[in-house]
Amino acid sequence: MQQTDSSRSGPSADGAGPMLSLSHAAKTFGPVVALADGTIEIRAGEIHALVGENGAGKSTLVKILAGLHHPDSGDFRVSGESVQFRNVGDSKAAGISVIYQEPTLFPDLSVAENIFVGRQPKGRFGLISKSAMVREASGLFERLGVPIDPTRIAEGLSIADQQIIEIAKAISLDAKVLVMDEPTAALSGVEVDRLFAVARGLRDKGTGILFISHRFDEVFDLCDRITVMRDGRYIATHRTADVTVAEIVREMVGRDIEALFPKTAAEIGDTVLKVDGLSRAGVFRDISFEVRAGEIVALAGLVGAGRTEVARAVFGIDPYDAGEISFKGSTLKPRDPQAAITAGMGFVPEDRRKQGLVMNLSVARNVTLTLRNKLATAGLINGAAERRAAQDWSKKLQVKAGSQEHAVSTLSGGNQQKVVLAKWLATDPQLLIIDEPTRGIDVGTKSEVHRLISDLAGRGIAILMISSELPEVLGMADRVLVMREGRITAELDRAVANPESVMHAATTSAGGTL
Amino acid sequence: MSSALDHKKPATATAPAGSARNALASMLRLRELPVIIALVLLVLVTYLINPLFLTPQGVKDLLLNATIVMILAAGQTLLIITRNIDLSVGSMLGLVAFGTGTIFSAMPDLPIAAVFVIGMAFGALLGAINGLLVTAAKVPALVITLGTLYVFRGLNNAWAGGKQYFAGDRPDAFGALSVNTVLGFPIITMLAILVVAAVAVYMAGTRPGRDLYAIGSDPDAATAFGIKVSKRVFLAFLANGALAGLAGVLYASRFNSVGATTGTGMELTVVAAAVVGGVAIFGGSGSVTGAALGAVLLTTITSSLTALRVDKFWQQAIVGVLILTAIIIDRVASLRTAKKLRISEARNV
Repeated sequence: MQQTDSSRSGPSADGAGPMLSLSHAAKTFGPVVALADGTIEIRAGEIHALVGENGAGKSTLVKILAGLHHPDSGDFRVSGESVQFRNVGDSKAAGISVIYQEPTLFPDLSVAENIFVGRQPKGRFGLISKSAMVREASGLFERLGVPIDPTRIAEGLSIADQQIIEIAKAISLDAKVLVMDEPTAALSGVEVDRLFAVARGLRDKGTGILFISHRFDEVFDLCDRITVMRDGRYIATHRTADVTVAEIVREMVGRDIEALFPKTAAEIGDTVLKVDGLSRAGVFRDISFEVRAGEIVALAGLVGAGRTEVARAVFGIDPYDAGEISFKGSTLKPRDPQAAITAGMGFVPEDRRKQGLVMNLSVARNVTLTLRNKLATAGLINGAAERRAAQDWSKKLQVKAGSQEHAVSTLSGGNQQKVVLAKWLATDPQLLIIDEPTRGIDVGTKSEVHRLISDLAGRGIAILMISSELPEVLGMADRVLVMREGRITAELDRAVANPESVMHAATTSAGGTL
Repeated sequence: MSSALDHKKPATATAPAGSARNALASMLRLRELPVIIALVLLVLVTYLINPLFLTPQGVKDLLLNATIVMILAAGQTLLIITRNIDLSVGSMLGLVAFGTGTIFSAMPDLPIAAVFVIGMAFGALLGAINGLLVTAAKVPALVITLGTLYVFRGLNNAWAGGKQYFAGDRPDAFGALSVNTVLGFPIITMLAILVVAAVAVYMAGTRPGRDLYAIGSDPDAATAFGIKVSKRVFLAFLANGALAGLAGVLYASRFNSVGATTGTGMELTVVAAAVVGGVAIFGGSGSVTGAALGAVLLTTITSSLTALRVDKFWQQAIVGVLILTAIIIDRVASLRTAKKLRISEARNV
């Protein structure tokens, strides 16, 4: 691990130690290492950024700070004293408040009550004093300079207002450290400005703030120091003034790619899917792209950029407000997955267990699920034909199942993914949409799935692949579409796509400070 | 570095105009409003067509009919607010009512107050069984209490057999509770109003009461906040049982006979009263006052349809339509909120 720490020089200038410090914390879930070396130090009166790719271990680190996860090892100190949180309450009591991207408020309760749940101010006869509660809440909002009506119910509040309410709660709890986990992901420009004004105000009063964001313009605008994580490890901490965006990006993605992914060249044919100006209010906007036969197009971007939503709209699961989807030259009816399947589209969802497979059914049944009409005679499914079809495809895809009759739930993740693929291949599709093809699959099977996808493209199937793993995107795709906040921000050919160019497009607004 | 905390504008500058608007808005938002309007209209229309409807005796009957359902609805609200339900209230009421008859026939000289205490304790015990099963076994209350509905009823059958106790078996003073009035209200109705008021204050004005709303609004968040969800839910079941016990004792005062089938089918009226009164069936919002008003509306509608000489069959259908209307109003309101939310988020993209 390289330690390019450019600012850590022991205790800060005024002689006080850091407000919070976590060193070399590790956390594993079974065989999965979620955090190998979680290290962070937050001082009083600073805003400290934590950056890293998806899966770099930021969320695990935040959950440790919040008392949701207990680290397996490592040193955790608050105000210099060693702490071990058993639960969220311990973390709160130690003065740490975490504000999540989408706060959990009680939708039926008033704003004031959401702030004071479980510790409402009491008035006469030991009963809750609603007026005192509203008054205190108003006072908090006034300090924050944000006009929110404390008497309204929380349901229907914008995400931005919900975050402000969480911050008000944190202040009323006397929080010393405020952790904001991607707070700006769902905010508009004005709302971000307001949030930053509030954050700066709190910093100037001595609160330590940990700010997690993918947007470099915000990080460089707001934060005093930046800590970079990659693959569950601490990489470095810098003073913002001492580094550039390019250096941070390099530290975030710095690793070998290629190698793993045996992409074979395929002949690229005619356009199969053409999406033109697709929009859905609040989800994605003005999405246009094409996928041709034999081509693998990757939709890259951060989690929450709207990639899956676009795919679902294309396949007809979700509605869209404007735009057109044409498939093999003819317009596709919106909101009709059955029509999409009939036309020759297949969709392999991200969450296999919930959406792609019927876990308690046999391998054979799952493979032939999409085929029922073809296999049926006079409305009844022919069992022998079903087994034959299933066997055929399972063999081609090398599904390792004890028997075709075993329940899918008994297979490994990689083999489950193959069953899902088999299910769709049995329909003989011309376009396959695959969402996170290798999520939760072990490394060995990963490359098998990749080889398989590459094979399919070689047979002339158009592939639209959504992936959050940069190496997978760069290794597999003929073309990379990068999405950010519901829009396509870059279209990169295989030749020019590299970790830096994809990350930049995924994290930085067009008019950003690059 | 300039600070937002130092140079902010007072956020309360627009408060006076805003609060007047809010008062009006919150009155219009009041979940009890539709049921109040419906009740007033119902009584008015019935009175105009049949003036006998509002004679002193007529009003007294209306109140007496509503009393027992009101108490049960108050208890049920405690549970529905937390996303639970108790379908066994009819059976609990039956057991306690028959128990009351039994006690009076065995010990005619027992003070009436003692019978109330015994009845409520018996009900609390039955409620605690429900609460324990729901919180310990983590099975939905709907299923558990559907089971205890039959178990309690079975116990009642086994205990009573063909036996019935009549008003003549009980002290006159006990029956008089349902006949004598205070300020024009029958004594047991007064008692019910006091109970509803007490539960209403508890739910609106105490931390444990507010916890119930938080639990129903988002159970996971409530756990994350450190609210003792299981304990609160258990106590709500226990309190509901005690209230069903109270209702059972009052039933024995109000009605002539108690036996094996007393209270059969009552649970549906009670749940309907709560729903009609604006208690959200998925928890989190609604009030005891609303549920009590729902009870009054449901029992009054039956009386007024009789006064209007509407066929018995249509009476049930009309009650059904009322329940559906209440649910549709609730659903439409929440869909509107959801849409508003989506539009306001859309502006952020």
